[in-house]
Amino acid sequence: MIKIENLHKKYGKNKILTGVDLEIPEKGIFAILGPNGSGKTTMIKSILGMVVPEKGKVFINGKETHPNGLYRKNLDYLPQIANFPGNLGVKELIKMIKDLRGTKANEDELIELFGLQGYLDKKLNNLSGGTKQKVNLVLAFMFDSPIIILDEPTSGLDPVAMLNLKRLIAKEKAKGKTILVTSHIMSFVEEISDEIVFLLEGKIYFKGSIQELREKTGEIDLEHAIAHILTENNA
Amino acid sequence: MLKILKYSFFDLIRSRWSYVYLAFYLLLGFVLLFLNNDLSKAVITLMNVIIILVPLIGTIFGVMYYYSSKEFTELLLAQPIKRSSIFIGQYLGVALSLVMSLVIGLGLPFILYGLFESAAIWDFSLLLVTGAMLTLIFTALAFNIALYNENKIKGFSYAILLWLFLAVIYDGLFLLSLILFEEYPLDKFTLIATVFNPIDLSRILILLKLDISALLGYTGAIFNQFFGTSLGLISALGMLTLWVILPVWNIKSKAQKKDF
Ligand SMILES: Nc1ncnc2c1ncn2[C@@H]1O[C@H](COP(=O)(O)OP(=O)(O)O)[C@@H](O)[C@H]1O
Ligand SMILES: [Mg+2]
Repeated sequence: MIKIENLHKKYGKNKILTGVDLEIPEKGIFAILGPNGSGKTTMIKSILGMVVPEKGKVFINGKETHPNGLYRKNLDYLPQIANFPGNLGVKELIKMIKDLRGTKANEDELIELFGLQGYLDKKLNNLSGGTKQKVNLVLAFMFDSPIIILDEPTSGLDPVAMLNLKRLIAKEKAKGKTILVTSHIMSFVEEISDEIVFLLEGKIYFKGSIQELREKTGEIDLEHAIAHILTENNA
Repeated sequence: MLKILKYSFFDLIRSRWSYVYLAFYLLLGFVLLFLNNDLSKAVITLMNVIIILVPLIGTIFGVMYYYSSKEFTELLLAQPIKRSSIFIGQYLGVALSLVMSLVIGLGLPFILYGLFESAAIWDFSLLLVTGAMLTLIFTALAFNIALYNENKIKGFSYAILLWLFLAVIYDGLFLLSLILFEEYPLDKFTLIATVFNPIDLSRILILLKLDISALLGYTGAIFNQFFGTSLGLISALGMLTLWVILPVWNIKSKAQKKDF
């Protein structure tokens, strides 16, 4: 379970989060939606302790997160931008992260799932964006943590990889994990998520099921429902 | 932290630049010994090179490593590792690999030349200790500058300016103020000015040990007069240690507050 209390974050004068309260119960897939720059990544990074908020608390499984960040051993994280040390090989990178984390991992299965066998000795600098994202996915899913946080997991993926990703997420969900995900692909969100959270102007604007959002906005599909919220708030 | 240190250290000693640095010291050591044909004289020449060059290399490697390992750092920040371990580990990885190049690069020629049978061994050891201290200090200062500056070009420029200031401009300003304020007693001012520059401190430290009053210069003479030789040595070394501890402590505290 993840709980966020009164989270405030600004970069310089730029206020991004202005009092986010959110409770994400155990088990299931929760999508965080919101326009570009609404602070989804900032919120996720606050949960991980990579961003230091001015105010507010984060609890994981009932315990307040400690600044030393050791609680991250219960979190698997996929960063939005797959930035890797370019001079390392794929295999080297995986080995290094395993060594640093000190837990066992099932990377082989994932390497096969995403068809990365042929890339293991290639330097990360020489990989295409989509292939890098697959490596990113392997790193995020290879540890068996109870909470998984995915920031834009679909970016750059081909349709086959996309299908595999969906299967993978479903499999992890079936194990009873809590999965937090952001995405701009509404069909993906609609297909996988149990509940959505909509972030707007620094606060949680909506939290509930997709069905509830449809009823609230009177729109049938998610894309239109979101557009509805946005135009209403601009007017 | 040790794991991070290990990765940074081996990452660096695999790099081409470490070899260039090592080769440079090997060459310098052999050439100096060949030209001077005398261990103690070579030590003095070496001092003049070390107190200028070691800070420059520490500064450059420090900023360069910080910026070029940004991706590595980001990856580490998402792992269950303390921030202080990440940054201090990387810092020590850089600083220790530089110290290793220095000690091996200079040590080897001097040992081959018969350092162990020579009276210059203590002077030489102090020289290496001072070089190590300067490496630790300037790498730490470079890390600080990089932590405060997202922009690589800016960070790099500030770091070079800092080196230029402490290695060259500081002495000029100091001399200028001595001339301008001739009629005032300047002992205290001199003492304080020296303490605020690790390069000056290092120079005095070595010259006190070598016991060459002719080379001490005004600042060194004041220092000597104030502390005496042995207390002077100890206090100079103590202040250099402080110059290591404070920037390292600031790396830790700044890293704790930074967003990634
Ligand atoms: N490290 C940073 N420094 C300054 N501004 C930032 C930083 N990270 C993000 N921002 C700004 O904060 C806003 C929110 O960014 P982000 O959380 O990435 O939004 P989202 O993921 O919803 O697109 C953006 O305007 C972005 O430019
Ligand atoms: Mg984002």
